Amino acid sequence: MTVNAIIMFKTAHESFDLRPKLFFLLIAILAISACKEKQEKSEKAVVLNISPDNEGINVPDGFGVIKVADSLGAPRHIAVNSNGGIYLKLRKPIDGEGIIYLEDQDGDGIADAKKGFADYGGTGMYLDKNYLYASSDEEIFRYKLDASGEVTNTNAPDTLVDKLVSYRTHATKSFTMDGDGNIYVNIGAYSNACQETDRTLGSPGVMPCSILDSAGGIWQFRADKMKQSYAEGKRYATGLRNVVGLDWNFKLNKLVVTQHGRDQLNTLYPDLFDQKTSANLPAETMYVINEGDDAGWPYIYYDQFQNKKILSPEYGGDGKKTAGENAIDPIATFPAHMAPNDLLFYTGEQFPEEYKNGAFIAFHGSWNRAPEKQKGYMVAFVPFKNGEPSGEWQVFADGFAGLEEVSSPSEAEHRPTGLAQGPDGSLYVSDDAGGTLFRIVYGKK
Amino acid sequence: MQKEPYLKHTITIFLLGLAVIVLLNSCNSSKKEDKASSETEIQTLTKSPPKVPEADLPRYMAEGKKVYKQVCLTCHQANGGGVSGLNPPLAQSDNVLGDKNRMLEIIIKGSEAGLEDNRSEYANVMQGFGMLGDEEIANVASYIRNSFGNKAEPITVEEVTSFRSANKK
Repeated sequence: MTVNAIIMFKTAHESFDLRPKLFFLLIAILAISACKEKQEKSEKAVVLNISPDNEGINVPDGFGVIKVADSLGAPRHIAVNSNGGIYLKLRKPIDGEGIIYLEDQDGDGIADAKKGFADYGGTGMYLDKNYLYASSDEEIFRYKLDASGEVTNTNAPDTLVDKLVSYRTHATKSFTMDGDGNIYVNIGAYSNACQETDRTLGSPGVMPCSILDSAGGIWQFRADKMKQSYAEGKRYATGLRNVVGLDWNFKLNKLVVTQHGRDQLNTLYPDLFDQKTSANLPAETMYVINEGDDAGWPYIYYDQFQNKKILSPEYGGDGKKTAGENAIDPIATFPAHMAPNDLLFYTGEQFPEEYKNGAFIAFHGSWNRAPEKQKGYMVAFVPFKNGEPSGEWQVFADGFAGLEEVSSPSEAEHRPTGLAQGPDGSLYVSDDAGGTLFRIVYGKK
Repeated sequence: MQKEPYLKHTITIFLLGLAVIVLLNSCNSSKKEDKASSETEIQTLTKSPPKVPEADLPRYMAEGKKVYKQVCLTCHQANGGGVSGLNPPLAQSDNVLGDKNRMLEIIIKGSEAGLEDNRSEYANVMQGFGMLGDEEIANVASYIRNSFGNKAEPITVEEVTSFRSANKK
């Protein structure tokens, strides 16, 4: 302003001076360079920087993997806005920032801008047109988005839900929404199998399991009310040990979840289950949830070999006795202990037709198979037709562990944790062990 | 006034000298530490009560490994690396390498509240393994203190016995 003012002042008195010409030249240069910048921006997404070796991740033919960012800490669930900006919820804040926002401004697929906010750790994250939603282990917050899908008022979220129970075990609060103003929150059971003393040899199951009053199920809250807790919410479904993966299936118009099955059958009941049996039982399960459903935890577990709900040994089971007549059955089962940490129904146009409306599941990988080799550091896919699985689950992307055989989870380089679909139909996968964000694309190579 | 440059030089020389002395000293002390850790026996001789000869370590390792496989491995894993966020690692753990009584307390009584170790938190409850015999506990504790890259004095059967009698309810 001052410089301009001086030039203006001088031009009035010294009309022969060259400075006015210089001034206009300057404006012209500025205009041209601005034009150029705009042109560059419109050329966005011409060449994606797909990793030549797909970052060591094995994907089906035609798919490629981009490493969007690394060194992110422990990103859990993620969400991508309409401009391709990516929000990641960190398990623990880094330098007081528990949500990271990444942007890819030049369109090569690799994040080139990063900022953070929110001073709490957690897992849950969801995005709709107007708000970003994120959870700590006790609360759910929402942040207003601007027209470009970005949170501007990062320090003043609304508290939608608070005072949820949070102990060490299964404390994270994953959630999803139904597009109709309702939030569905997983309140995981703070126990393995509701024994009097958790994970302890010889300790009997509590009857009835008192944990189910405030945990071990899905609670429904409104997305437009402040400071709701149990009294304002509704227990939507019960008997779910811990469902880290939830997604609303808009074809079915129903909630679908993936449950982490119980641990330690052999450790706690060595006379009934040998190590190998215990490594393979029970199934990790996918359920369609209707209001009022009970999936049977802790009284039963699902045996995917017998295809039956089996009475838990804590409640008198022997590996054969069935129970849970009123409990729902899973719509899909997976090998034991693989830890399905996120679920996403694919609605994009980028991937081939067979993926449309099917379910991607991020498996975190096992620990409770030891001394057997560990399994499941991968992203799986279940094809769906008319809202039902139309085939067996299949490995979609694996190799995240970075080694052929994993004996102990701490050896794994990456562990898939969160999934999100980009506006162009790309699939994003977060990894909370190596701190990497991957983007899987089709037909771009 | 004229003395100032001279004074400056003196101070510089003095500081340099001090630095050299400090450096030499620190060299010496790190050498001493090396010596101490490689010659544990010498160090233990000066301490009372007298400690186990390291010669017993192979026996502890062989027997301790069996117990480890039976009761510890499922959660703490074959490499002692634990499970991030769930079961604490034993490798380079303060709880393992620090005070012997702390380790014995965790093994015998378990930890209902879950454990904090090396400034990380772990969710899963550990049950107590007080049903194991003193010898089994000594073996497995000594094995853990000398596996997964750990190096620490073994825990003797006598130490387990005296811990138990001192901590009877």
